[in-house]
Amino acid sequence: MNTTVAAGAPDGPGSVVRLDGVGLSYGKTRALDAITLDLPSGCTIGLIGPDGVGKSSLLALIAGAREIQQGSVHVLGGDMASSRHRRNVCPDIAYMPQGLGKNLYPTLSVFENIDFFGRLFGHDTAERSRRIAGLLRDTGLTPFADRPAEKLSGGMKQKVGLCCALIHDPELLILDEPTTGVDPLSRRQFWELIASIRSGRPGMSVIVSTAYMEEAAQFDFLIAMNAGRVLATGTPAELKQRTGADTLDDAFIRLLPETDRGNHTSVVIPPRDADHDEIAIEADHLTRRFNDFVAVDDVSFRIRKGEIFGFLGSNGCGKTTTMKMLTGLLPVSEGNARLFGKAIDAGDMSVRQRIGYMSQGFSLYSELTVTQNLDLHARLFDLPAQTIDARIDEMIARFDLTDVTDALPDALPLGLRQRLSLAVAMIHSPDILILDEPTSGVDPIARDHFWQILAELSRKDNVTIFVSTHFMNEAERCDRISLMHAGRVLISDAPAAIIAKRGAATLEQAFIGYLEDAIGGDKNASPQAAIAPPAARPKRTRSAVFNLRRMLAYTRREALELRRDPIRATLAILGSVLLLFVLGYGISMDVEDLTFAVLDRDDTAISRDYSLQIAGSRYFTEKAPIKDYADLDRRMRKGEISLAIELPPGFGRDVSRGRHVEIGAWVDGANPTRAETLRSYAQAIHATWLAQKGRELYGEAAIAGSYQLALRYRYNPDVRSVVAMAPGIIPLLLIMIPAVLAALAVVREKELGSIVNFYVTPVTRLEFLLGMQLPYVVLAFANFLLLVAFALTVFGVPFAGSFLTYAVAALLYVTATTAIGLVISTFMNSQIAALFGTVLITLIPAIQYSGLIDPVSSLQGVGKMIGLVYPTSYFVTISRGTFSKGLGFATLHNDLLALAVMIPVLLATSALLLKKQAR
Amino acid sequence: MRLGNLIQLGIKELRGLARDPMLLVLIAYSFTLAVYEGANTLPETLNRAAIAIVDEDHSPVSTRIAMAFTDPYFSTPRLISQYEMDRRMDAGLDTFALDIPPDFQRDLLARKAPSIQLNVDATRISQAFNGSGYVEQIVGAEIAEFLARTREAQTPPIDLALRARFNPELKRSWFGAVDHLIMSITMLSIILTGAALIREREHGTIEHLLVMPVTPLEIMVSKVWSMGAVVLVASTLSITFVVKGWLAVTIDGSVALFLLGAALHLFATTSMGIFLATVAGSMPQFGLLLIMILLPLQTLSGSMTPRESMPQFVQDIMLAAPNTHFVLLAQAILFRGAGLEAVWPQLLALTLIGVVFFLIALRRFRDFLA
Repeated sequence: MNTTVAAGAPDGPGSVVRLDGVGLSYGKTRALDAITLDLPSGCTIGLIGPDGVGKSSLLALIAGAREIQQGSVHVLGGDMASSRHRRNVCPDIAYMPQGLGKNLYPTLSVFENIDFFGRLFGHDTAERSRRIAGLLRDTGLTPFADRPAEKLSGGMKQKVGLCCALIHDPELLILDEPTTGVDPLSRRQFWELIASIRSGRPGMSVIVSTAYMEEAAQFDFLIAMNAGRVLATGTPAELKQRTGADTLDDAFIRLLPETDRGNHTSVVIPPRDADHDEIAIEADHLTRRFNDFVAVDDVSFRIRKGEIFGFLGSNGCGKTTTMKMLTGLLPVSEGNARLFGKAIDAGDMSVRQRIGYMSQGFSLYSELTVTQNLDLHARLFDLPAQTIDARIDEMIARFDLTDVTDALPDALPLGLRQRLSLAVAMIHSPDILILDEPTSGVDPIARDHFWQILAELSRKDNVTIFVSTHFMNEAERCDRISLMHAGRVLISDAPAAIIAKRGAATLEQAFIGYLEDAIGGDKNASPQAAIAPPAARPKRTRSAVFNLRRMLAYTRREALELRRDPIRATLAILGSVLLLFVLGYGISMDVEDLTFAVLDRDDTAISRDYSLQIAGSRYFTEKAPIKDYADLDRRMRKGEISLAIELPPGFGRDVSRGRHVEIGAWVDGANPTRAETLRSYAQAIHATWLAQKGRELYGEAAIAGSYQLALRYRYNPDVRSVVAMAPGIIPLLLIMIPAVLAALAVVREKELGSIVNFYVTPVTRLEFLLGMQLPYVVLAFANFLLLVAFALTVFGVPFAGSFLTYAVAALLYVTATTAIGLVISTFMNSQIAALFGTVLITLIPAIQYSGLIDPVSSLQGVGKMIGLVYPTSYFVTISRGTFSKGLGFATLHNDLLALAVMIPVLLATSALLLKKQAR
Repeated sequence: MRLGNLIQLGIKELRGLARDPMLLVLIAYSFTLAVYEGANTLPETLNRAAIAIVDEDHSPVSTRIAMAFTDPYFSTPRLISQYEMDRRMDAGLDTFALDIPPDFQRDLLARKAPSIQLNVDATRISQAFNGSGYVEQIVGAEIAEFLARTREAQTPPIDLALRARFNPELKRSWFGAVDHLIMSITMLSIILTGAALIREREHGTIEHLLVMPVTPLEIMVSKVWSMGAVVLVASTLSITFVVKGWLAVTIDGSVALFLLGAALHLFATTSMGIFLATVAGSMPQFGLLLIMILLPLQTLSGSMTPRESMPQFVQDIMLAAPNTHFVLLAQAILFRGAGLEAVWPQLLALTLIGVVFFLIALRRFRDFLA
């Protein structure tokens, strides 16, 4: 049996993806288990199922973004385990990961984002501008081309993501929950866009995962997944027919195994008693501005006590802001809000006692257990101490948390966590619950369970519930809903009434109708009828080993991002100068202006002469004479004087007579380094004085038998600290900061998720690494020039040697040090670890073993070995050689050569360690 | 401000910290091993310094001098030619080169006062000055001994009895240990409070707190007291068991007074942690800020090198930093046994700086929450 034939066998006609026995584990968690599937080509395939069932993992495997652990994955006629096949097909696959704008760069504009992808796929300038213009026009994004991606609404982000995915005309489009968190209109536009693209390119296959069953109903083929396994496959009609359900939601619930379904029942909300007409929440022309941006614009509504009031709208339409104003979290810019007729004052604590609030996303303390969370909130709401335990038990029982009281929230499934959040929000028995998208990401069964609780709270306990949601079936359960768009309320009424008023078939259609009216004349925002089909399939530069344009795409992008990140940019540009300043002044070995005082018990001409000798030295500053021992003790303890001299009574007389005299001297030993210096200064001054006295007393005989030690301080005749420090610190700074920045650049991509663009585009490892490195090499070199200029001007360090040699060496050195950052980045996954790790890894050898203190030649053992291979050793020699010793290329060429050799070695190491797929 | 809330929120912070293994390891390390290492790895100014000797005399005296340089201060001298000397010094291979001229011994005995040349690579500043002092002493001693038989009175018999106070043997480990303890206190207090705020922000819990009947002031005070307390307890343990116990450093002054100073210092630094966290927003950005803030703070505070050798304007600016006063206070109390009468100006300064920092941070924190 020839394995090549088996692996390379053509897939069945019309099969775009074939999975066989695919399994995947993250540590102990089994994400996928024995998945075997055959996906037809040329159609839209939906992957349905709640969060965390393995949909994203499966899509990442198909896209080639994740390494295959078990089984085989065949995509577009080849095995995705083969890196050659992946390289060949990646220009034909487009992958949009989960999360709004996950693979976009937030500070880059819409145009810059799409342009980056165009460059990665090797399009030239003309080609890119043609394609980008077309994509922007078709998606209605043209007016927003210059807006940074982070300032877009969720729907727009997803459209930009789609543009990025489509720029290279893929045959297979993989979309991971592209519409989660997007408003219905944007969602519809998104799917219209996909449909028009598909009509232009009928051969294209689309695989998409979604949590919205309404959407899934429109797809050609569905795969229902749960707990890492496939539950069923088939067309939507087939699935409904097989389970005998009316809706896909129900069909999915019925497909679940009995144990997962639990005692699921449909949510039934009894009608409200009409006699509660007390107004619980009242918003009256509420407006909120952030600078010149109007987040909420003239919103008014009234919510009656016990009512369930729903808020619908896209991300960023002002729902959350409105809710925050009602809770008193945000002050109101205009208008007013009242709870039970009482105006809300942002500082008023009594309002908060009446409100329970669940913010968007899970926001409980993950470091506290379920009981501890409840307890903390009970105490903060100032519940009477004796009732707290009872209340917690009650909440635990009511919200079905009995089994998990000691668990940490992170260990719980999402549905349970949401119930815990609700229990926390209810702990102080508020009259009003404000819930901001409480069910996003929760599976249908848990959502129903959650709504059942809400229904009870509203109907039995008469709690007023103000809830925002993206799900239409949840909106339909509300007594009344408001549709919001761009800070304004479009309509506010009972769901049935809204549908009737609009004459629409479903609430979703009614909502879309209102949204379209609101957007009105703004034709740019709605998609064009048909997307222009690509003129001709472009010629592709098939994965050359090294492509300069792809590399520069990364360089350009990294430079743009850095420019827009104030903290990183400051560190990159000014960090090294700041540190040179600090270290140059801070680590000074010059000991000057040392304070001393004299306890002169003799007070004769000779004793005063002795004091004057010290005071005359430039190192010492004389303080007021010491009165007695107590004074000496007190002033030394305070640190006022560092050296105390006691001249004994009869000092002058004894000296004149040549009798033995002892002068007492005390130095402050608190700082031993300084004390040693002090001591040697004092001794030197004493010796000079002695020699002088000797000549006075004994004449020329004094020099008999003596010798002279001629001290030559080379390279730095004044022995100034800064002159010596600056050429030593520059190499230190040029390794630490550039390495940190280069490491952060790569690790940041990993942490934020945009590394996936490297996984699924044709960019090679070397292109990626060099592209990321280049801006930092340029920056570091600019830093080098700045540092030298600073040393020459501010510190006044003379430069004696060949600057050209120094500059060439610096360029080689910073290339090597940024490459060290890249090597470190390959085994770091979080930015904070990369940051401190890189500082430690680079600084210790640089300070200890690179000849900064002791020459490498005098080191021993491991220290010497590190010193010999570490670039800083060579650059320190060059730096001191050119700066202070007046050397040039002739003497230093070997050190330059050593630096040059390290660069390819380091780059090759990082390229080998970098993974082209997620593990 | 309700005391109950402060306690509850503070306990919550402590529980949160207890579940963060990375930070716990960092605390444990900073107050034990880092202090111990700080005590033992502070480099001696002269440690196996590289010295070369150009012996053009080849006499008993010159040999004697060459033999006198030994471990631990000097590495075994390399005997080189005069031609080699310049080259080797240029290449940075030797820090000291001693050139003994021809006929040195003869001239010495003939009372011609010959001269020896000592070349010092002054780019290695840390060794240049003290090192040349040692070389001078060693050479002087050897020659004196050689001349002992012909020795006669040359200088008046006046001795300088030099004693070091507070640390008579000038043990570096004492200084290093306390220096590192001070550094750990500053670093940890900023990191812990900063991380506590960023953790809340990243988890979205800060918003949650605000809908409850708690004020921003309460939230901030609870972080300040809880994280400050952790650092204070860790410092107490560290000074008792690591500094006094393990490293056997003699502490003259009152530890309680030092801890009072530390508490005031923490008031300022924890506020700084809050401030930086509101500026940074995410952990990585916080880390970058920390590098740019901590290094100057510690280097220029006078803990490593004395303040008086810094330019006046740096000294003046650094008066606004709590570290400067804390370092002065800590060194005065722990090394020199100073009491309240000596350190009250520092205590006062720390209180003032703490209040100002706290108010600035509170203001910033309120804006940040809005």
